[in-house]
Amino acid sequence: MTYWQDIWDRWQFLWDDRGDGVTYWQWMFSAWGYTVAVAAVSLVVALAIGCLVGTLRTVSQHRVVSALATGWVELFRNIPVLVQLFLWFFVISEIVPGMRGVPSFVLACCALGFFTSARIAEQVRAGIQALPRGQRQAALAMGFTQLQAYRYVILPQTFRIIIPPLTSEAMNIVKNSSVAFAVSIPELISFAMQTQEETSRGIEVYLAATVLYIITALAISWFMSILEKRARVPGLSSQGQGAH
Amino acid sequence: MRKVLIAATIAFAAMGAAAQADGTLDKIKSSGIITQGVRESSGLAYTLGNGVYTGYHYDVCQNIIADIKKKLGVEKLDIRYQPVTSQNRVPLVQNGTVDLECGSTTNNKARGRDVDFATTVYIEEIKIAVKANSNIGKLEDLNGKTIATTTGTTSVQTLRKNKRGKDLKFSEVFGKDHADSFLLLQSGRADAFVMDASILAANIARAQNPKDYKILPEVLAVEPIAIMIRKNDPEFKKAVDESIAAQIKTGTIAKLYDKWFMQPIPPNNVTLNMPASDATKEAWANPNDKPTEDYKQPGE
Repeated sequence: MTYWQDIWDRWQFLWDDRGDGVTYWQWMFSAWGYTVAVAAVSLVVALAIGCLVGTLRTVSQHRVVSALATGWVELFRNIPVLVQLFLWFFVISEIVPGMRGVPSFVLACCALGFFTSARIAEQVRAGIQALPRGQRQAALAMGFTQLQAYRYVILPQTFRIIIPPLTSEAMNIVKNSSVAFAVSIPELISFAMQTQEETSRGIEVYLAATVLYIITALAISWFMSILEKRARVPGLSSQGQGAH
Repeated sequence: MRKVLIAATIAFAAMGAAAQADGTLDKIKSSGIITQGVRESSGLAYTLGNGVYTGYHYDVCQNIIADIKKKLGVEKLDIRYQPVTSQNRVPLVQNGTVDLECGSTTNNKARGRDVDFATTVYIEEIKIAVKANSNIGKLEDLNGKTIATTTGTTSVQTLRKNKRGKDLKFSEVFGKDHADSFLLLQSGRADAFVMDASILAANIARAQNPKDYKILPEVLAVEPIAIMIRKNDPEFKKAVDESIAAQIKTGTIAKLYDKWFMQPIPPNNVTLNMPASDATKEAWANPNDKPTEDYKQPGE
């Protein structure tokens, strides 16, 4: 069984001390925690801003508001996420007084959250525009205010429509969180690069990181598919082909 | 999920198959080709662009290859250049893609399981760079401060050991590369940059105002940097080591050292101004291929 023994030996490094009393597997799970934390906080930021901006883009009565919302989307989706991260880290925090002390975790979540918010805003807008125009008109004819029409008629349907693209965005944000490595957040990629250097176990380290990324993304996919089933309204036009 | 597990199992099962070919010298002789591993941007080997590589270790390897050509008695020996990174350099030497890795690889026991190292001709010292106007004079002064270092380097481990050994409290920030770490020091996000002395010197030499920075004399660790070759190939190792021994004897190594560390070097014609350390001179006086673990570390 020397073959399996060899494979077993190759993974032994996970139980080694990295030099300060922390073993590599402990470090790996702490790094995974950072990846999940960056992704989760960024996703909350992205969802909050994305829904707001996406909705505002469809408000036709207030030209200034929808223009501002369009400006937000174009600004944040036209700059590569890594460049945005560096802008926050090295430019904005230098120019704006008092920003120096902001932890890099917060800056990374802002950068990743704003970048993704532009993409989510577009999905929200597309979802709203996918609804028949009669829905809004009927709501207003019933005497709903603009705000009530959005709150009770338009947005509840929109969110159900856009669950599939939102799932992709949530999975993307997990994968994009690897850019946080560039502003010295000790997440999975940073762990992988450092550990493979220290232990010369590059293949095993990257394999482990890959598996953790896959597990995280699959968990999101699983959660969102449950959400989609739970939120389904039987007979709603956009989900007409769904199983009952 | 099960499919993923199966895929993962296959992937790491495949790693067990590490093939061993014939001797490197025979391979070089029969194919007329030797592959030299080079680095894009590293202290001892880097590129000038357009596939042109240079550096201290690059020059040492060029001399080794000339000696091997003479030894084999072949008329023509093509040199292929294979850029390597710190991630792929060990696997590429293991699988025979690279015959002679001439970058800046630390000789340590972990790597010694997978590859062999030639005789050391350069000993790196891990030092601390700070702003010239700061009042930091030694490692202990960094208690409570922020220290930058680069992900994927042994300096990270050196820092950890010092933290535990000397009971210091400092926070670490990890730059994604050396330029990034230096930027952390420059922008004030870090109070010090701990790294190989040659890398610190190179970054300071390239800074807008080199006088704004200083390298503290304290040595945190010493590491032999060596040329990497395939494991268990005594004939090839002997040929490489003989060439290095001859280069040390004839003073070629000392001349190359002067060329790369005391004179202006391309591409910017900056001078590192780093006289050979006692440790490096000791390595020339008593040629050896000991790993880091066999060196006496400062403070031990």
